[in-house]
Amino acid sequence: MMQHLPALLVVVPLMAAPVAAILRWRRAAWALALTVSWAVLAMAILLLRRVLNEGVISYFLGGWVAPIGIEYRIDVVSAWVLLVVASIGAVVMPYARASVEREVEPQRVPLLYSALLLCLTGLLGITVTGDVFNLFVFLEISSISAYALIATGPDRRALHAAYKYLIMGSIGATFIVIGIGMMYVMTGTLNMADLAQRLPEVSSRTVSVAFAFLTVGISLKLALFPLHLWLPDAYTFAPSTVTAFLASTATKVAVYMLVRFFFTIFGPTFSLEVMTFQWVLLPLALIAILWASMTAIYQMNVKRLLAYSSVAQIGYMALGISLASVPGLTAGLLHLFNHAIMKAALFMSMGAVMYQVGSVRIEAMRGLGRKMPWTMAAFVLGGLSLIGVPATVGFISKWYLVLAAVEAGLWVVAVLVLVGSLLAVVYIWRVVEAAYFQEYVGEFEVREAPLSLLVPIWALVAANLYFGLNATLTAGIATRAAELLLGVGS
Amino acid sequence: MRILGLYNYWVFVFLMMVGFYILISRRNLVKKILGLNIFQTSVFIFYISMGKIIGGTAPILVEGEGEVVYSNPLPSVLILTAIVVGVSTTAVALSLVVRIKEAYGTIEGDEITAMDNEMPPP
Repeated sequence: MMQHLPALLVVVPLMAAPVAAILRWRRAAWALALTVSWAVLAMAILLLRRVLNEGVISYFLGGWVAPIGIEYRIDVVSAWVLLVVASIGAVVMPYARASVEREVEPQRVPLLYSALLLCLTGLLGITVTGDVFNLFVFLEISSISAYALIATGPDRRALHAAYKYLIMGSIGATFIVIGIGMMYVMTGTLNMADLAQRLPEVSSRTVSVAFAFLTVGISLKLALFPLHLWLPDAYTFAPSTVTAFLASTATKVAVYMLVRFFFTIFGPTFSLEVMTFQWVLLPLALIAILWASMTAIYQMNVKRLLAYSSVAQIGYMALGISLASVPGLTAGLLHLFNHAIMKAALFMSMGAVMYQVGSVRIEAMRGLGRKMPWTMAAFVLGGLSLIGVPATVGFISKWYLVLAAVEAGLWVVAVLVLVGSLLAVVYIWRVVEAAYFQEYVGEFEVREAPLSLLVPIWALVAANLYFGLNATLTAGIATRAAELLLGVGS
Repeated sequence: MRILGLYNYWVFVFLMMVGFYILISRRNLVKKILGLNIFQTSVFIFYISMGKIIGGTAPILVEGEGEVVYSNPLPSVLILTAIVVGVSTTAVALSLVVRIKEAYGTIEGDEITAMDNEMPPP
């Protein structure tokens, strides 16, 4: 049982997805999704513990030995991302029941849970697999179900947003397959570890072109500036549950793919020195941070505001990666986890406002600080974390990022990171101002959100504060992962 | 002659560019999907071409045949999966277009964007 965990992690949600679709009863589909997501979290925790104690886990699917068969390979990096995806899944599912029933047509609810489980399968699959073509298949499983999930939004513009995401996402996926094909032509293997060994021997123009195709493809999925155009609409019009789930998992897994391809497969020397990729990634990351934060300030819809803020936060992760040092990568990987929990808390508190008020525009927030104290307090704490106030997780990742920038001698970058935080103060303040310093003007009596929404939100807020005060666990794992990727230390 | 000998790779590049161009330049949602399909199909040709070995035969073991050169079957198998992925993407895209047509009454991207902009902001 224990040695089959890597496969079970993917197979359990995959098998549950069609069952959830067949169950016509909404509650049953939800209960199934909830059980599966918690089981997945338990498996992810067991795997992380095993990896930390015993080292890399290698699992041969169907008993076919790699590199002929498909290998599932879990090292510290993948176990870490697995934990992020699984824990967000486990927190979003209990929240989903009330929120989804309010926002999605009843007959589509079981199908939504089915698509949510499929998306989870795909994201977990990308993280565990050690085979690049298998990675592409899982990527498409997660992407296609994400298109369907976004299209369930209550507004008709959700359909258009999903269509635009589908076109952009499919271009990205096709670029990735072309890149994989070129690597296969040069090396004759699809296994990541095998590719990492053979690619340096055959370095030619084809490998450089493969690198370029993979970079553009992954950046599209990652929503790295300027390839982020699909993201604001998709996050704005999707149901709140879906936005919270996708915002904190899908882009994180794309960051994982970027790191995996650049550091494990191509190797830091090739990616950063031969292709000088850091000088492409670094400016793009900085523009993303500044431009997206400034755009966020002008948004009137809080979900859209948070979506632009996500583009900026992706910039922070890309910045950490582009520094290509142990502290830089640690900052990137830490922010991957930290941003997941803070953005999920923020989007979920907006989902609670949507549930009670029916709008997430800034004018709808007026006076909610008194009407929905717990929801808005969660938003404020999540917002403080986004800004990077001490005692929140946001501070920890910004701290590492600034340290890494200073260590690399890039003072300008360190200053710009802090400017990005100041811009975050401005856009979070706009919501706080409306919620706490203006009177409620609506006609209806607004009450606090139900407990089934508040408990998951506050679980995330508590995690935000706990890991902000006690970062030894998260920073320790992220440092080990960074050392593994750069091939230094133990 | 080497350039001409690699003609199937030229076909791949040509089809890829044609598909990508349609995808970017057309505003009609169905035509965009057609472009996407051509774009994806070009990749299939690329994979199939790379598995072919000149003079190679189908990779079937036959008793007592001695030295035989086989083509590489793996790219074809991979493409079987990629075809399935392509078909499902197209299916989801077309069903989205059906629902867009029901909701907006048109499948012209420009008109939909104009209608989106007229609606009160979310």
